[in-house]
Amino acid sequence: MNCGFESWGFGNWGPLASLGPRVFALDPLYLDGVGLAEVAITLGKVIVAFGLLLVGVMLMIWFERKLISDMQNRIGPSLAGPFGIFQTLADGIKLFFKEDLIPQRSDPLVFKLAPYLSLVPAFLVFAVVPIGGDFNGGDGRVSIFGHETFLQVADPPIGILLVLAMSSVAVYGVMLAGWSSGSKYPLLASVRASAQMVSYEAALGLSLATVLLKSGSLSTNQIVSEQSVWNWNLWLTWVVPMVVFLIAATAELNRPPFDLVEAEQELVGGFHTEYSSLRFALFFLAEFMNTITMSAIIVTLFLGGPNGPDFTTVGWLSGVLWFFIKLMLFVFTFIWLRATLPRIRYDQLMDLGWKLLIPVSLGWLLLLASYDIAGDRGWNRPLTLIVTVLVMCGLAGLLRLALLSGTKAATPNNAQEPSLGSLDTLDTLDTLDTLDTKEGAF
Amino acid sequence: METAVFIVCAVIVLAGSLGVVLARNPVHAALSLVGTLFGVAVLFLNLEAHFLAAVQIIVYAGAIVVLFLFVIMLLGVDRLEDISIEPILGQRVLATFVGLAGFGLGAAYIATSVEGATISTSSLLRVPASNLHHIAEVLFTDYVYAFEATAALLTISVVGAVVMTRRAGRNRVTQTTAGED
Repeated sequence: MNCGFESWGFGNWGPLASLGPRVFALDPLYLDGVGLAEVAITLGKVIVAFGLLLVGVMLMIWFERKLISDMQNRIGPSLAGPFGIFQTLADGIKLFFKEDLIPQRSDPLVFKLAPYLSLVPAFLVFAVVPIGGDFNGGDGRVSIFGHETFLQVADPPIGILLVLAMSSVAVYGVMLAGWSSGSKYPLLASVRASAQMVSYEAALGLSLATVLLKSGSLSTNQIVSEQSVWNWNLWLTWVVPMVVFLIAATAELNRPPFDLVEAEQELVGGFHTEYSSLRFALFFLAEFMNTITMSAIIVTLFLGGPNGPDFTTVGWLSGVLWFFIKLMLFVFTFIWLRATLPRIRYDQLMDLGWKLLIPVSLGWLLLLASYDIAGDRGWNRPLTLIVTVLVMCGLAGLLRLALLSGTKAATPNNAQEPSLGSLDTLDTLDTLDTLDTKEGAF
Repeated sequence: METAVFIVCAVIVLAGSLGVVLARNPVHAALSLVGTLFGVAVLFLNLEAHFLAAVQIIVYAGAIVVLFLFVIMLLGVDRLEDISIEPILGQRVLATFVGLAGFGLGAAYIATSVEGATISTSSLLRVPASNLHHIAEVLFTDYVYAFEATAALLTISVVGAVVMTRRAGRNRVTQTTAGED
């Protein structure tokens, strides 16, 4: 297998040699300094990841259209190639050759920059996802041309934080696209989008913290190693964080039922209304790429990544297969959600994010932490759990009481909240009051 | 290699900060600020402060500048400002003076600092991949009071913001109830 890169005589490759172990410390590939072979393998990994994502997006769009047509009793794309599999390619070529319009009232520089701001983070996140490797005995090392390495582009020490950082950078793409178009509807969409994405990032981060509590490391490779073979975080964290993460990720991706950003009925098209041709294609690409990457992140965090019983004779193949099986599960889930659920309203979206997901994930984190500490200190675990739940319930009750008394103090003549049923019994004064609030509601 | 990274980042940071000051369009200024923050993050990486770099991106670029942009867009102040009028009298002279004084202070500090004086902290961080553990340990032992005080301060400001935006005497009306009458 050894291709003989060393025989070329490049032992340590110039200035990169000092960089290797420091910047990419965790990958065993760089332990002996960086030579030409290491650079070649890294480049190879980058190209494979890039190609995988592009082809993956092409197939996913086809898969999504086919699946949704099946769920809606239609045929879907069927003409281009076998089963219409080349439909996306045809669409891409069509978009490529369309006229590129830049609106007169736009901000040209930012308008051109925005698509790349959403595309580049989408690519970068996939770099930290381990897509294979043997985690049954070892720590996921595979041997490429006699060099030990991980099957992921990079394993930086901040690992999973890169995902959060990139998803917060991706907000800029959407936000600036809407603003720079110089048009009202895209601006409204981008304000909605950025508020939505920033809100759900909190829930995303908090549910991710439970995983960090279990694995004790930020490195994605470590997180996957800790879950070997059946110690998946899904049950180690008692399911709830994965559900929260899945919901928050759907909102972060602006996918249905959280696709208020692209509400055609209200906003013409969404933040990309003014975009055409290749720039529009880039947004589209970024969106689907993010869906794939987010599925990959969920698999890595909660389903053990490439972990699974070895069922092939080739060592590394089974890991890759397990990873793709799990990945497809989540890609299918996202498409399924789109076909099933209607879009939710904006106030429901904010209520769900701030009042349900964030408190639940925060409480769950505390619960897991108390359980772990009880184990460390030798306390009675069930008792500790019960006490923690009681304390949290007490605090939540206090908060509810405070909010209720605040409402009562504010509205002395109208103690009950206007619900659907009580609305007809309200006198004219209160109706006027509610009408007045309608303007202030947003 | 380290020096090369530093030079590139320094150029990005300086260009970004000049952009913040010189751009007439507030959105462009905010974007230049993002550029500066990214440059600083890479500088942190260059110093092996991985966690700080990540936090720099997540908190500053990801949340704070997004908030700036959000406010700029919502208030609709994203137009070119007329800078021929000085809102506060003597503001520019004062700003120039304070800016120069700050620069002078920084320069004086760097000029008088002893070479190698800061090595002790970096050797502490040199343990591979335990950046985060070190920060956590220091944060929850030596600086625990400062940490808790900051947490309390942030909580109070959040509560304050909620109280200020919660208008008294108004009931919350949902779209359904409002649509029925």
